[in-house]
Amino acid sequence: MRVGALALQGDFREHLAIIEGLGHIGVEVRTPEELDDVDALIVPGGESTTIGRLATIYGLIEPVRRRIEEGMPVLGTCAGMIFLATSTTGPDQPQLGVLDAVVERNAFGRQVDSFEMALDVTGLDGPIHAVFIRAPWIDKVGGSVEVLATVADPETGRDRPVVVRQDNIVATSFHPELTSDGRLHELFLGDH
Amino acid sequence: MEPTAEHGTDRVKRGLAQQLKGGVIMDVVSADQAKIAEEAGAVAVMALERIPADIRAHGGVARMADPAKVEQIIAMVSIPVMAKARIGHTVEAQVLQSLGVDYIDESEVLTPVADTHIDKRAFTVPFVNGAKDLGEALRRIGEGAAMIRTKGEPGTGNVVEAVKHMRLMTAQIRSLTTLDADELMNAAKDLRAPYHLVAEVAETGVLPVVNFAAGGIATPSDAALMMHLGCDGVFVGSGIFKSGDPDVRARAIVEATTFYQDPEKIAKVSKNLGEAMVGINIDTMPAEERMQDRGD
Repeated sequence: MRVGALALQGDFREHLAIIEGLGHIGVEVRTPEELDDVDALIVPGGESTTIGRLATIYGLIEPVRRRIEEGMPVLGTCAGMIFLATSTTGPDQPQLGVLDAVVERNAFGRQVDSFEMALDVTGLDGPIHAVFIRAPWIDKVGGSVEVLATVADPETGRDRPVVVRQDNIVATSFHPELTSDGRLHELFLGDH
Repeated sequence: MEPTAEHGTDRVKRGLAQQLKGGVIMDVVSADQAKIAEEAGAVAVMALERIPADIRAHGGVARMADPAKVEQIIAMVSIPVMAKARIGHTVEAQVLQSLGVDYIDESEVLTPVADTHIDKRAFTVPFVNGAKDLGEALRRIGEGAAMIRTKGEPGTGNVVEAVKHMRLMTAQIRSLTTLDADELMNAAKDLRAPYHLVAEVAETGVLPVVNFAAGGIATPSDAALMMHLGCDGVFVGSGIFKSGDPDVRARAIVEATTFYQDPEKIAKVSKNLGEAMVGINIDTMPAEERMQDRGD
């Protein structure tokens, strides 16, 4: 399978290393032509405002949205989750709006509040080691969105969705690409 | 039982720098400049009292920014906020951490207070440090730095020193990978760097942390050149807000950093940018004015 990573900014190389480790071909995607050539897409971690702005200028918003609506598997991590979602709780920024969810950016706080922990995810055998960097959580989900993992909000104790799936879309608040565990990548590619 | 969350680990500290890769971090001295930088697509801003070119021009002692200003910048933008502390000034770093800064730059642009650097392992917030060569980079990583940048020669608008530092680091890494195991201790001695880090780089062929370019980057082509040389991203100090049209130049440098392999796109964004900052020739600069020689 040819698996692309949106390579405008962020840690797309880490994602592609995992993809190649799973036996797929990893492809950097910066243009609509490069998008035509992949079977699945990853929107990596990075800064969502930067990725959104570059995606707008270089005409990627509509083509990526169309491919996802046609059923292309897509994984969004952290900034990628924000980019896939309908809206944020903050000011407007460019988003694809394919994932029926409202995301709160930097929800866990600033960098000193960033953390790593073992996390149980529905559909994976055994916990995954999850690295949360200035991470978002999902504030609200639509009816077609399945919540696969939650983390307790440190202030209120309320469970906040951090891994969700909606048909061909998987999104995570944390960074599976910062560890060598490829199970979430297998999950979005339907490898098991 | 609720699983334990660990804060301030190497992976969490280095992980933020990994998110900034392929991006541009811009020096700002006010909340308004921070907003311009964010809207132009900066991945982070660096808060400081004066930009390097002005520090150079004014002379005197350069310190961390006013905490009130740092707070205004944090309140203004949603992207990470970095701030500079003086080399060896542990308390400036503690103050910046308490303000909620996302990364601290222990920077030669400010006036050093010691020959020793800050013990960065004692902090939850991550640090970035400058380096002229591999040995200096590994000494800083040994002290706990989670990100490295070339020193270059800040505030000059002249990228020659950053190019020199990046090329040297790359050549030194390449040469380490050719050594036999019994040669690594001598290499560590020559580099004046911790043995375990030298052995790690010899094995992997890459620095264990993200490495950005900094010092003298003034144009989209400068930024793309540093990416071409293998940097993970770019800091732009005086180059943006000392130029004729900061907003347009900032956008152009962001696009050139992403599309550094595409000369046609770089040509397009480089058109009609207005006046670039005036450059300074390093050859004619008196030795005592060289910021890159501060800290080693």
